[in-house]
Amino acid sequence: MGKNHPNVDDDVVSRVRALESLLLEKGLLAPDAVDRVIRHYEADTGPMVGARAVARAWRDPGYKRRLLGETTAALADLGVEFDRLVVVENTPAVHNLVVCTLCSCYPWGVMGLPPTWYKSFPYRARAVAEPRQLLAELGLHVPPEREIRVWDSSAELRYMVLPAPPTGSENRSEDELACLITRDALIGVAEVAAAG
Amino acid sequence: MDGVHDLGGMHGFGRVDREPDEPPFHAPWEGAVVAVMRASGAAGVFNIDEFRHSIERMEPDRYLASTYYERWLDGVARLLVEKGVVTAADLEARTAFFRARAGASADDALSAPPPPGALSPRRGAETFFRPATAPPRFAVGDRVRTRNGRARGHTRLPRYARDKAGVVAALRGVCVFPDTNAHGRGEQPEPVYGVGFAARELWGDTAEPNQQVFIDLWESYLEPDARRG
Repeated sequence: MGKNHPNVDDDVVSRVRALESLLLEKGLLAPDAVDRVIRHYEADTGPMVGARAVARAWRDPGYKRRLLGETTAALADLGVEFDRLVVVENTPAVHNLVVCTLCSCYPWGVMGLPPTWYKSFPYRARAVAEPRQLLAELGLHVPPEREIRVWDSSAELRYMVLPAPPTGSENRSEDELACLITRDALIGVAEVAAAG
Repeated sequence: MDGVHDLGGMHGFGRVDREPDEPPFHAPWEGAVVAVMRASGAAGVFNIDEFRHSIERMEPDRYLASTYYERWLDGVARLLVEKGVVTAADLEARTAFFRARAGASADDALSAPPPPGALSPRRGAETFFRPATAPPRFAVGDRVRTRNGRARGHTRLPRYARDKAGVVAALRGVCVFPDTNAHGRGEQPEPVYGVGFAARELWGDTAEPNQQVFIDLWESYLEPDARRG
Protein backbone atom coordinates (compact mmCIF):
# COMPACT_ATOMS: atom_id res chain seq x y z
CA MET A 1 0.00 0.00 0.00
CA GLY A 2 1.63 3.23 -1.05
CA LYS A 3 1.89 6.16 1.25
CA ASN A 4 -0.07 9.15 0.13
CA HIS A 5 1.51 11.57 2.50
CA PRO A 6 4.97 13.01 2.51
CA ASN A 7 7.70 11.34 4.39
CA VAL A 8 9.17 13.60 7.02
CA ASP A 9 11.97 11.13 7.41
CA ASP A 10 15.14 13.12 8.03
CA ASP A 11 16.99 10.80 5.70
CA VAL A 12 14.88 11.81 2.72
CA VAL A 13 15.35 15.50 3.44
CA SER A 14 19.09 14.99 3.98
CA ARG A 15 19.41 13.15 0.70
CA VAL A 16 17.60 15.90 -1.20
CA ARG A 17 19.85 18.53 0.42
CA ALA A 18 22.86 16.43 -0.55
CA LEU A 19 21.84 16.31 -4.21
CA GLU A 20 21.02 19.99 -4.18
CA SER A 21 24.38 20.93 -2.73
CA LEU A 22 26.34 18.61 -5.03
CA LEU A 23 24.63 20.07 -8.10
CA LEU A 24 25.13 23.62 -6.82
CA GLU A 25 28.81 22.84 -6.38
CA LYS A 26 29.07 21.56 -9.94
CA GLY A 27 27.23 24.54 -11.40
CA LEU A 28 24.33 22.40 -12.59
CA LEU A 29 21.72 23.92 -10.29
CA ALA A 30 21.11 27.66 -10.16
CA PRO A 31 21.17 28.97 -6.57
CA ASP A 32 17.60 30.24 -6.84
CA ALA A 33 16.24 27.26 -8.80
CA VAL A 34 14.48 25.58 -5.88
CA ASP A 35 12.75 28.77 -4.75
CA ARG A 36 11.69 29.51 -8.30
CA VAL A 37 10.20 26.05 -8.83
CA ILE A 38 8.25 26.24 -5.58
CA ARG A 39 7.05 29.77 -6.32
CA HIS A 40 6.02 28.81 -9.85
CA TYR A 41 3.81 25.93 -8.74
CA GLU A 42 2.42 27.71 -5.70
CA ALA A 43 1.64 31.01 -7.42
CA ASP A 44 1.93 31.09 -11.20
CA THR A 45 0.22 28.00 -12.44
CA GLY A 46 -2.47 25.50 -11.56
CA PRO A 47 -5.85 24.31 -12.75
CA MET A 48 -6.95 27.91 -13.30
CA VAL A 49 -5.07 27.85 -16.61
CA GLY A 50 -7.16 24.99 -17.96
CA ALA A 51 -10.26 26.46 -16.33
CA ARG A 52 -9.83 29.67 -18.34
CA ALA A 53 -9.79 27.70 -21.58
CA VAL A 54 -12.90 25.76 -20.57
CA ALA A 55 -14.79 28.88 -19.49
CA ARG A 56 -14.01 30.57 -22.79
CA ALA A 57 -15.11 27.47 -24.70
CA TRP A 58 -18.45 27.55 -22.86
CA ARG A 59 -19.02 31.20 -23.81
CA ASP A 60 -17.66 31.09 -27.34
CA PRO A 61 -18.55 28.21 -29.71
CA GLY A 62 -15.80 29.23 -32.13
CA TYR A 63 -13.21 29.01 -29.36
CA LYS A 64 -14.61 25.67 -28.30
CA ARG A 65 -14.11 24.28 -31.82
CA ARG A 66 -10.53 25.51 -31.77
CA LEU A 67 -9.86 24.14 -28.30
CA LEU A 68 -11.04 20.71 -29.44
CA GLY A 69 -9.53 20.78 -32.94
CA GLU A 70 -6.52 23.11 -32.85
CA THR A 71 -5.68 22.88 -29.20
CA THR A 72 -2.14 24.25 -29.30
CA ALA A 73 -3.30 27.40 -31.11
CA ALA A 74 -6.30 27.80 -28.81
CA LEU A 75 -4.00 27.65 -25.77
CA ALA A 76 -1.65 30.15 -27.38
CA ASP A 77 -4.62 32.57 -27.52
CA LEU A 78 -4.49 32.50 -23.72
CA GLY A 79 -0.73 32.94 -23.66
CA VAL A 80 -0.13 29.28 -22.80
CA GLU A 81 2.63 27.42 -24.59
CA PHE A 82 1.84 23.70 -24.60
CA ASP A 83 1.97 21.64 -27.78
CA ARG A 84 0.64 18.26 -26.71
CA LEU A 85 -2.75 18.66 -25.10
CA VAL A 86 -5.81 16.72 -26.21
CA VAL A 87 -9.13 18.09 -24.96
CA VAL A 88 -11.96 15.55 -24.62
CA GLU A 89 -15.52 16.79 -24.31
CA ASN A 90 -18.12 15.45 -21.91
CA THR A 91 -21.56 15.13 -23.52
CA PRO A 92 -24.86 13.61 -22.42
CA ALA A 93 -23.69 10.37 -24.08
CA VAL A 94 -20.03 10.31 -22.98
CA HIS A 95 -18.13 10.93 -19.77
CA ASN A 96 -14.32 11.21 -19.95
CA LEU A 97 -11.76 10.31 -17.29
CA VAL A 98 -7.98 10.83 -17.38
CA VAL A 99 -5.31 8.65 -15.74
CA CYS A 100 -1.73 7.53 -16.27
CA THR A 101 -1.35 3.92 -15.18
CA LEU A 102 2.42 3.69 -15.77
CA CYS A 103 3.61 6.72 -13.82
CA SER A 104 1.50 9.81 -13.23
CA CYS A 105 1.61 11.82 -16.46
CA TYR A 106 -0.53 14.92 -16.13
CA PRO A 107 -0.83 18.18 -18.10
CA TRP A 108 1.39 20.26 -15.79
CA GLY A 109 1.47 23.04 -18.39
CA VAL A 110 -2.28 23.68 -18.16
CA MET A 111 -3.24 22.21 -14.78
CA GLY A 112 -0.23 22.64 -12.52
CA LEU A 113 0.90 19.80 -10.27
CA PRO A 114 -1.19 16.65 -10.08
CA PRO A 115 -2.96 16.05 -6.77
CA THR A 116 -1.69 13.18 -4.64
CA TRP A 117 -4.77 11.04 -5.23
CA TYR A 118 -4.17 11.17 -9.00
CA LYS A 119 -0.69 9.72 -8.42
CA SER A 120 -1.95 7.14 -5.92
CA PHE A 121 -1.79 3.42 -6.60
CA PRO A 122 -5.55 2.81 -6.20
CA TYR A 123 -6.37 5.49 -8.77
CA ARG A 124 -3.77 4.26 -11.27
CA ALA A 125 -4.90 0.66 -10.78
CA ARG A 126 -8.65 1.13 -10.85
CA ALA A 127 -9.42 3.99 -13.25
CA VAL A 128 -8.94 1.85 -16.36
CA ALA A 129 -10.67 -1.29 -15.06
CA GLU A 130 -13.55 -0.13 -12.86
CA PRO A 131 -14.08 3.55 -13.54
CA ARG A 132 -17.81 3.56 -12.91
CA GLN A 133 -17.44 2.08 -9.46
CA LEU A 134 -14.48 4.32 -8.69
CA LEU A 135 -16.36 7.45 -9.74
CA ALA A 136 -19.38 6.40 -7.67
CA GLU A 137 -17.11 6.08 -4.62
CA LEU A 138 -15.93 9.61 -5.33
CA GLY A 139 -19.52 10.82 -5.46
CA LEU A 140 -19.99 10.96 -9.22
CA HIS A 141 -22.70 8.60 -10.41
CA VAL A 142 -22.49 8.01 -14.16
CA PRO A 143 -25.64 6.27 -15.41
CA PRO A 144 -25.06 2.98 -17.26
CA GLU A 145 -26.33 4.36 -20.56
CA ARG A 146 -23.61 7.01 -20.53
CA GLU A 147 -20.36 5.69 -21.98
CA ILE A 148 -17.20 6.15 -19.94
CA ARG A 149 -14.04 6.84 -21.94
CA VAL A 150 -10.84 6.47 -19.97
CA TRP A 151 -7.73 8.12 -21.37
CA ASP A 152 -4.57 6.33 -20.19
CA SER A 153 -2.10 9.09 -20.97
CA SER A 154 1.02 6.98 -20.97
CA ALA A 155 2.60 8.54 -24.11
CA GLU A 156 3.62 12.20 -24.46
CA LEU A 157 0.12 13.49 -25.21
CA ARG A 158 -1.69 14.98 -22.23
CA TYR A 159 -5.42 15.09 -21.63
CA MET A 160 -7.89 17.55 -20.20
CA VAL A 161 -11.63 17.07 -19.91
CA LEU A 162 -13.98 19.75 -21.22
CA PRO A 163 -16.79 19.32 -18.70
CA ALA A 164 -20.41 20.24 -19.32
CA PRO A 165 -21.33 23.77 -18.22
CA PRO A 166 -23.47 23.99 -15.09
CA THR A 167 -27.10 24.99 -15.39
CA GLY A 168 -27.61 28.73 -15.43
CA SER A 169 -24.20 29.41 -16.94
CA GLU A 170 -25.65 31.42 -19.85
CA ASN A 171 -25.83 34.59 -17.79
CA ARG A 172 -22.41 34.33 -16.26
CA SER A 173 -19.18 35.93 -17.43
CA GLU A 174 -16.10 33.96 -18.46
CA ASP A 175 -14.36 34.96 -15.22
CA GLU A 176 -17.30 33.87 -13.08
CA LEU A 177 -17.47 30.56 -14.90
CA ALA A 178 -13.73 29.94 -14.60
CA CYS A 179 -14.03 30.16 -10.80
CA LEU A 180 -16.55 27.30 -10.80
CA ILE A 181 -14.29 24.89 -12.68
CA THR A 182 -12.35 22.57 -10.41
CA ARG A 183 -9.26 20.52 -11.05
CA ASP A 184 -11.28 17.38 -10.37
CA ALA A 185 -13.69 18.30 -13.18
CA LEU A 186 -10.77 18.79 -15.59
CA ILE A 187 -9.56 15.25 -14.72
CA GLY A 188 -13.07 13.82 -14.97
CA VAL A 189 -13.80 12.75 -11.40
CA ALA A 190 -16.36 15.51 -10.85
CA GLU A 191 -18.88 17.63 -12.72
CA VAL A 192 -18.91 21.39 -12.55
CA ALA A 193 -21.56 22.48 -10.08
CA ALA A 194 -23.51 25.74 -10.39
CA ALA A 195 -22.54 28.40 -7.86
CA GLY A 196 -24.37 27.87 -4.57
CA MET B 1 9.67 -3.95 -18.04
CA ASP B 2 7.04 -5.86 -16.10
CA GLY B 3 7.45 -3.87 -12.93
CA VAL B 4 5.23 -2.78 -10.06
CA HIS B 5 4.85 0.60 -11.75
CA ASP B 6 2.58 -0.99 -14.37
CA LEU B 7 -0.51 -0.77 -12.19
CA GLY B 8 -3.46 -0.72 -14.58
CA GLY B 9 -6.13 -3.21 -13.48
CA MET B 10 -4.45 -4.41 -10.28
CA HIS B 11 -6.54 -5.27 -7.25
CA GLY B 12 -5.95 -4.68 -3.58
CA PHE B 13 -5.02 -0.99 -3.32
CA GLY B 14 -8.29 0.06 -1.74
CA ARG B 15 -10.11 3.34 -2.05
CA VAL B 16 -8.97 6.62 -3.53
CA ASP B 17 -8.68 9.25 -0.82
CA ARG B 18 -8.79 12.89 -1.79
CA GLU B 19 -7.13 15.42 0.48
CA PRO B 20 -9.24 18.60 0.73
CA ASP B 21 -7.42 21.80 -0.26
CA GLU B 22 -4.22 19.95 -0.99
CA PRO B 23 -1.20 22.29 -1.34
CA PRO B 24 1.04 22.04 -4.46
CA PHE B 25 3.90 20.76 -2.30
CA HIS B 26 3.59 19.25 1.17
CA ALA B 27 7.12 20.26 2.09
CA PRO B 28 9.88 22.32 0.45
CA TRP B 29 12.02 19.23 -0.23
CA GLU B 30 9.43 18.06 -2.75
CA GLY B 31 9.95 21.27 -4.75
CA ALA B 32 13.69 20.78 -4.42
CA VAL B 33 13.40 17.33 -6.00
CA VAL B 34 11.50 18.85 -8.94
CA ALA B 35 14.19 21.54 -9.29
CA VAL B 36 17.01 18.99 -9.20
CA MET B 37 15.25 16.81 -11.76
CA ARG B 38 14.59 19.78 -14.06
CA ALA B 39 18.13 21.10 -13.77
CA SER B 40 19.68 17.70 -14.50
CA GLY B 41 17.38 17.21 -17.47
CA ALA B 42 18.12 20.70 -18.82
CA ALA B 43 21.85 20.05 -18.48
CA GLY B 44 21.43 16.97 -20.66
CA VAL B 45 22.33 14.49 -17.93
CA PHE B 46 19.33 12.34 -18.83
CA ASN B 47 16.17 12.42 -20.90
CA ILE B 48 12.60 11.93 -19.71
CA ASP B 49 12.50 8.31 -20.80
CA GLU B 50 15.68 7.48 -18.88
CA PHE B 51 14.14 9.23 -15.90
CA ARG B 52 10.90 7.23 -16.05
CA HIS B 53 12.86 4.02 -16.49
CA SER B 54 15.07 4.89 -13.54
CA ILE B 55 11.99 5.17 -11.33
CA GLU B 56 10.76 1.82 -12.66
CA ARG B 57 14.03 0.25 -11.59
CA MET B 58 13.49 1.18 -7.94
CA GLU B 59 13.27 -1.95 -5.77
CA PRO B 60 9.60 -3.01 -5.94
CA ASP B 61 9.03 -3.05 -2.19
CA ARG B 62 10.48 0.43 -1.85
CA TYR B 63 8.49 1.68 -4.84
CA LEU B 64 5.28 0.59 -3.15
CA ALA B 65 6.28 2.08 0.19
CA SER B 66 7.32 5.48 -1.16
CA THR B 67 5.54 8.72 -1.99
CA TYR B 68 5.63 10.20 -5.48
CA TYR B 69 8.48 12.62 -4.81
CA GLU B 70 10.44 9.96 -2.93
CA ARG B 71 10.28 7.91 -6.12
CA TRP B 72 11.48 10.94 -8.09
CA LEU B 73 14.33 11.38 -5.64
CA ASP B 74 15.34 7.77 -6.06
CA GLY B 75 15.11 8.02 -9.86
CA VAL B 76 17.17 11.21 -10.09
CA ALA B 77 19.82 10.04 -7.63
CA ARG B 78 20.29 6.73 -9.45
CA LEU B 79 20.81 8.47 -12.79
CA LEU B 80 23.17 11.12 -11.40
CA VAL B 81 25.35 8.32 -10.04
CA GLU B 82 25.07 6.08 -13.12
CA LYS B 83 25.91 9.00 -15.43
CA GLY B 84 28.94 9.85 -13.32
CA VAL B 85 27.76 13.32 -12.33
CA VAL B 86 28.12 12.46 -8.65
CA THR B 87 29.69 9.43 -7.03
CA ALA B 88 27.74 7.19 -4.71
CA ALA B 89 30.37 7.87 -2.03
CA ASP B 90 30.00 11.65 -2.35
CA LEU B 91 26.24 11.35 -2.20
CA GLU B 92 26.39 9.23 0.96
CA ALA B 93 28.94 11.52 2.60
CA ARG B 94 26.91 14.62 1.77
CA THR B 95 23.72 12.95 3.00
CA ALA B 96 25.47 12.15 6.28
CA PHE B 97 26.58 15.80 6.52
CA PHE B 98 22.98 17.00 6.39
CA ARG B 99 21.67 14.18 8.58
CA ALA B 100 23.97 15.51 11.28
CA ARG B 101 22.78 19.08 10.73
CA ALA B 102 19.01 19.29 10.69
CA GLY B 103 17.91 22.62 9.28
CA ALA B 104 21.11 23.30 7.35
CA SER B 105 20.61 24.71 3.88
CA ALA B 106 22.10 23.18 0.75
CA ASP B 107 24.94 25.70 0.42
CA ASP B 108 26.09 25.14 4.01
CA ALA B 109 28.12 22.19 2.72
CA LEU B 110 29.93 24.28 0.11
CA SER B 111 33.43 25.52 0.79
CA ALA B 112 33.21 28.17 -1.91
CA PRO B 113 30.35 30.02 -3.63
CA PRO B 114 28.77 27.92 -6.39
CA PRO B 115 30.12 28.62 -9.88
CA PRO B 116 27.89 30.87 -11.98
CA GLY B 117 26.19 29.85 -15.17
CA ALA B 118 23.82 27.12 -14.03
CA LEU B 119 21.02 26.78 -16.51
CA SER B 120 17.57 28.14 -15.81
CA PRO B 121 15.47 26.03 -18.14
CA ARG B 122 12.49 27.56 -19.86
CA ARG B 123 9.41 25.54 -19.07
CA GLY B 124 7.31 24.20 -21.90
CA ALA B 125 10.05 24.68 -24.47
CA GLU B 126 10.66 20.98 -24.94
CA THR B 127 8.77 19.12 -27.64
CA PHE B 128 8.55 15.39 -28.16
CA PHE B 129 7.25 15.66 -31.71
CA ARG B 130 9.54 15.03 -34.66
CA PRO B 131 9.09 15.44 -38.43
CA ALA B 132 7.54 12.48 -40.23
CA THR B 133 9.99 10.58 -42.41
CA ALA B 134 7.58 7.98 -43.78
CA PRO B 135 3.82 7.69 -44.17
CA PRO B 136 2.06 6.20 -41.14
CA ARG B 137 1.33 2.49 -41.40
CA PHE B 138 -2.20 2.76 -40.00
CA ALA B 139 -5.17 5.05 -40.61
CA VAL B 140 -8.09 6.10 -38.45
CA GLY B 141 -10.60 3.25 -38.35
CA ASP B 142 -8.02 0.48 -38.83
CA ARG B 143 -8.32 -2.51 -36.54
CA VAL B 144 -5.02 -3.17 -34.83
CA ARG B 145 -3.68 -5.59 -32.27
CA THR B 146 -1.04 -4.77 -29.69
CA ARG B 147 2.04 -6.89 -29.52
CA ASN B 148 2.50 -9.55 -26.92
CA GLY B 149 5.70 -10.24 -25.00
CA ARG B 150 7.63 -9.04 -22.01
CA ALA B 151 9.83 -6.09 -22.88
CA ARG B 152 12.92 -6.23 -20.66
CA GLY B 153 13.54 -2.52 -20.78
CA HIS B 154 11.40 0.58 -20.78
CA THR B 155 8.15 0.55 -22.70
CA ARG B 156 4.92 2.51 -22.69
CA LEU B 157 2.67 -0.34 -23.69
CA PRO B 158 0.87 -1.16 -20.45
CA ARG B 159 0.70 -4.84 -19.51
CA TYR B 160 -3.10 -4.84 -19.40
CA ALA B 161 -3.22 -3.75 -23.05
CA ARG B 162 -0.95 -6.44 -24.46
CA ASP B 163 -2.24 -8.67 -27.27
CA LYS B 164 -5.52 -6.75 -27.39
CA ALA B 165 -7.54 -5.68 -30.40
CA GLY B 166 -8.54 -2.05 -30.78
CA VAL B 167 -9.41 0.56 -33.37
CA VAL B 168 -7.23 3.51 -34.37
CA ALA B 169 -9.13 6.61 -33.31
CA ALA B 170 -6.53 9.32 -34.00
CA LEU B 171 -3.09 9.95 -35.46
CA ARG B 172 -1.16 11.83 -32.82
CA GLY B 173 1.96 12.75 -34.76
CA VAL B 174 5.48 11.38 -34.79
CA CYS B 175 7.16 11.17 -31.37
CA VAL B 176 10.45 10.13 -29.81
CA PHE B 177 10.35 6.37 -29.11
CA PRO B 178 10.75 5.75 -25.36
CA ASP B 179 11.81 2.12 -25.76
CA THR B 180 15.07 3.18 -27.42
CA ASN B 181 15.47 6.67 -25.97
CA ALA B 182 15.47 5.27 -22.42
CA HIS B 183 18.44 3.05 -23.24
CA GLY B 184 20.84 5.31 -25.13
CA ARG B 185 19.76 3.92 -28.48
CA GLY B 186 18.51 7.20 -29.90
CA GLU B 187 15.17 8.86 -30.45
CA GLN B 188 14.08 6.66 -33.39
CA PRO B 189 10.81 8.62 -33.76
CA GLU B 190 7.66 6.74 -34.74
CA PRO B 191 4.04 7.61 -35.46
CA VAL B 192 1.84 7.51 -32.37
CA TYR B 193 -1.79 6.41 -32.62
CA GLY B 194 -4.68 6.96 -30.28
CA VAL B 195 -6.21 3.49 -30.05
CA GLY B 196 -9.58 2.72 -28.50
CA PHE B 197 -10.18 -0.61 -26.73
CA ALA B 198 -13.56 -1.88 -25.58
CA ALA B 199 -13.44 -2.59 -21.86
CA ARG B 200 -14.65 -6.12 -22.57
CA GLU B 201 -11.60 -6.75 -24.77
CA LEU B 202 -9.34 -5.71 -21.89
CA TRP B 203 -11.15 -7.14 -18.89
CA GLY B 204 -13.36 -9.91 -20.28
CA ASP B 205 -16.47 -10.84 -18.35
CA THR B 206 -15.48 -8.65 -15.44
CA ALA B 207 -15.57 -5.45 -17.50
CA GLU B 208 -17.98 -2.71 -16.55
CA PRO B 209 -20.58 -2.07 -19.27
CA ASN B 210 -20.35 0.72 -21.83
CA GLN B 211 -16.70 1.67 -21.37
CA GLN B 212 -13.67 2.19 -23.59
CA VAL B 213 -10.04 2.83 -22.79
CA PHE B 214 -7.95 4.97 -25.14
CA ILE B 215 -4.18 4.64 -25.14
CA ASP B 216 -1.60 6.47 -27.27
CA LEU B 217 0.64 3.78 -28.74
CA TRP B 218 3.77 3.86 -30.85
CA GLU B 219 3.66 2.13 -34.22
CA SER B 220 6.02 -0.68 -33.13
CA TYR B 221 3.53 -1.72 -30.47
CA LEU B 222 0.90 -2.44 -33.12
CA GLU B 223 0.23 -4.85 -35.92
CA PRO B 224 -2.80 -5.25 -38.17
CA ASP B 225 -5.46 -7.28 -36.40
CA ALA B 226 -5.23 -10.47 -38.41
CA ARG B 227 -7.59 -12.46 -36.24
CA ARG B 228 -10.64 -10.74 -37.63
CA GLY B 229 -11.83 -11.23 -41.19
